[in-house]
Amino acid sequence: MFLEKRPEKLIDKKGLRTDGRKPDELRPIKFEVGVLGNADGSARVQQGKTIILAAVYGPREVHPRHLALPDRAVLRCRYHMAPFSVSRRKSPAPSRREMELSKVIREALEPAIFLERYPRTSIDLFIEVLQADGGTRCASISVASLALADAGIPMRDLVAACAAGKVDGKLVVDLNDVEDKYGEADVPIAMMVGLNAVTLLQMDGMLDPKEFRTALNMAVEGCRQIYEMQKEALKEKYALIREELEK
Amino acid sequence: MTLYFERRDLVVPGDLLAEGDYTAGENTYKVDDKIYATHVGLMEVKNNTVYVIALHSFYVPKVGDLVIGKVVDISLGGWVVDINAPYLAMLKASDVFGKSFKPFKDDLSKVFDVGDLILAKVIAYDRTRNPLLTVKEPGLGKITRGRIVSITPAKVPRVIGKKGSMINLLKQGTKCQITVGMNGLVLVIGKRPENEVLCVRAIKKIERESHVSGLTDRIAEMLRKEAEK
Amino acid sequence: MRTLIANIKRKKLVQLISEGKRSDGRDLMEYRPIVIERGIIEKAEGSARVKLGETEVAVGVKIEVERPFEDTPDQGILTVNAELVPLASPTFEPGPPDENAIELARVVDRGIRSAEAIDLKELCIIPGEKVFTVFVDIYVLNHDGNLIDASAMCALAALLDTKMFGYEVKGGEVVIKEDERHPLPIKNHPVSITFAKLGDELVVDPSLEEEQLMDVRLTMTVEDSGKICAIQKGGSGFLTLEEIDKALSVVVDKAEEIRKLVVG
Repeated sequence: MFLEKRPEKLIDKKGLRTDGRKPDELRPIKFEVGVLGNADGSARVQQGKTIILAAVYGPREVHPRHLALPDRAVLRCRYHMAPFSVSRRKSPAPSRREMELSKVIREALEPAIFLERYPRTSIDLFIEVLQADGGTRCASISVASLALADAGIPMRDLVAACAAGKVDGKLVVDLNDVEDKYGEADVPIAMMVGLNAVTLLQMDGMLDPKEFRTALNMAVEGCRQIYEMQKEALKEKYALIREELEK
Repeated sequence: MTLYFERRDLVVPGDLLAEGDYTAGENTYKVDDKIYATHVGLMEVKNNTVYVIALHSFYVPKVGDLVIGKVVDISLGGWVVDINAPYLAMLKASDVFGKSFKPFKDDLSKVFDVGDLILAKVIAYDRTRNPLLTVKEPGLGKITRGRIVSITPAKVPRVIGKKGSMINLLKQGTKCQITVGMNGLVLVIGKRPENEVLCVRAIKKIERESHVSGLTDRIAEMLRKEAEK
Repeated sequence: MRTLIANIKRKKLVQLISEGKRSDGRDLMEYRPIVIERGIIEKAEGSARVKLGETEVAVGVKIEVERPFEDTPDQGILTVNAELVPLASPTFEPGPPDENAIELARVVDRGIRSAEAIDLKELCIIPGEKVFTVFVDIYVLNHDGNLIDASAMCALAALLDTKMFGYEVKGGEVVIKEDERHPLPIKNHPVSITFAKLGDELVVDPSLEEEQLMDVRLTMTVEDSGKICAIQKGGSGFLTLEEIDKALSVVVDKAEEIRKLVVG
């Protein structure tokens, strides 16, 4: 066990952040699709030090049955952090935070899925945070969206998510853990980028309306970049086979 | 009228495929005059219809489909069958016993027991009720030998090929009897185990490589090389 | 739990709203009548009841001495909990808080915490050893929509009503002085404003009927100086950037209007 301390400065003299990034720079992001054998769809993301796995099962019969809806599929989402994902062991029992995040992540993805096509079924989405270093809700949404597409579930668009916030008085994008903890504000959003539709919007901390608008625009720009990476990741598996065979 | 991709380009959900006076086909949707993809797949255009050949999908039952299923439960009136679809299928006892079926006398498990694999046909399905199966036609019923290969249902048409060209190639090249369930389960019966192994390998190769052109040639080549061994 | 609404009613409501009217006669940006009562529970250190139209919420504040969290040894603790009591709606069931109750509590909590409404440093007794914990328990008594705003108003009213005990430290032990009371140190007054998107329009303070029809709910919490201190989108629809901007353009004034009612 070790406890992190607040760094003296979150932004240095050169205007760089604790991990050397510029204010509008995302962490390095790597998506992989189809990483789990049993799931109908799966994906993995590493975003900075944050590592998350997402798996989709379904559409399938709903258990217990009374949860089934007569006119559409239910999306069930479980966001969960591994006990070893944070500096201090986290109890594996779902916390209130995890329950809230499960709900907002589900609501961020629902608009993208044609749920009405498969009444009385469930689509079950399991998200496991293996290592948490800030931005896990956004990374979860981005990676879950890939797992859903990998499962062949019909979707209106991919959902990309990214946060912007304020640290040491400066607006920055894609906050890491210390920036999230010791910063002044955090605005996570999710978007169906191609349709210009915001499906997650939260904020904590304090921003005046002008700062909020700027932060929102920065997060939107972050989503656009992540959206392109998502598309590449979905194609990669097939593109690699194509490359190999056409050699 | 604009197309934003070339034919057979790899597309993903949300990709804007076309704008204008096109019809939205399979695995796409239309908002105003814009057509978007709903699946990962290859874009195609035929007679002004824009559609996507999905590379991965789950099985949605259609009336008339031949399917391979597993008996997972027996109820008073019939068998509950997992056909690899979002909904469990039903095979009614009367389908086997006819009108003379007596719920308290006839032992359903003697016909098909839990865990048995069956070859069946979908005779009714409309999304409001679970799919209904029959085993009454010749060739249908309990599967007693061979092995099952599972592929994504999206690739079933590729295993069959145009007018059955691919499956005939496989049958000849592997000397196996092949029954393709539309739900992505394929039954392979060979005289010798090595024939079955080769057939399974070929089917898996089709599943993996079908989005790259020249598939038939590659499969023919693979089978020829094996024959030379 | 989803409640089904007749299709014809949905059509009518959306039609009305697109004409700038609502089924109960309100303007799109108008709240239902608000009644606030403080000090309704004598045994609680602070309490309040809010009626927002037919929606009714009670909040009780209790204060206890506890160990501080390791990462904030010199600060008191704020804990917000919400109960969707079964008597408040046919859709509420007994049992541990479900995701709706948890979300409600966490959104109210976020507003109070981000705005630093309570001076938690003032609640430290012995750093690293003993601090006061402020328990804010939200009790929903009748659900007719917009539980978030009703609960946030009620929580703020109850905190303003809260009287802390005096204390002294004797030999490392905290001794409470029952006869000495002083108000909780409140520095800021966060007010939440909740919008519902119905068709292409935004309305504030959705009734239950409107909530059942809405695509999206959007809550923005505003503190005294006009800064935004919490946001939460809910529901399985989406918002456009223009809609977010529209909400932002009215929310500060609206919050000021509600704050006057709550703070008095």
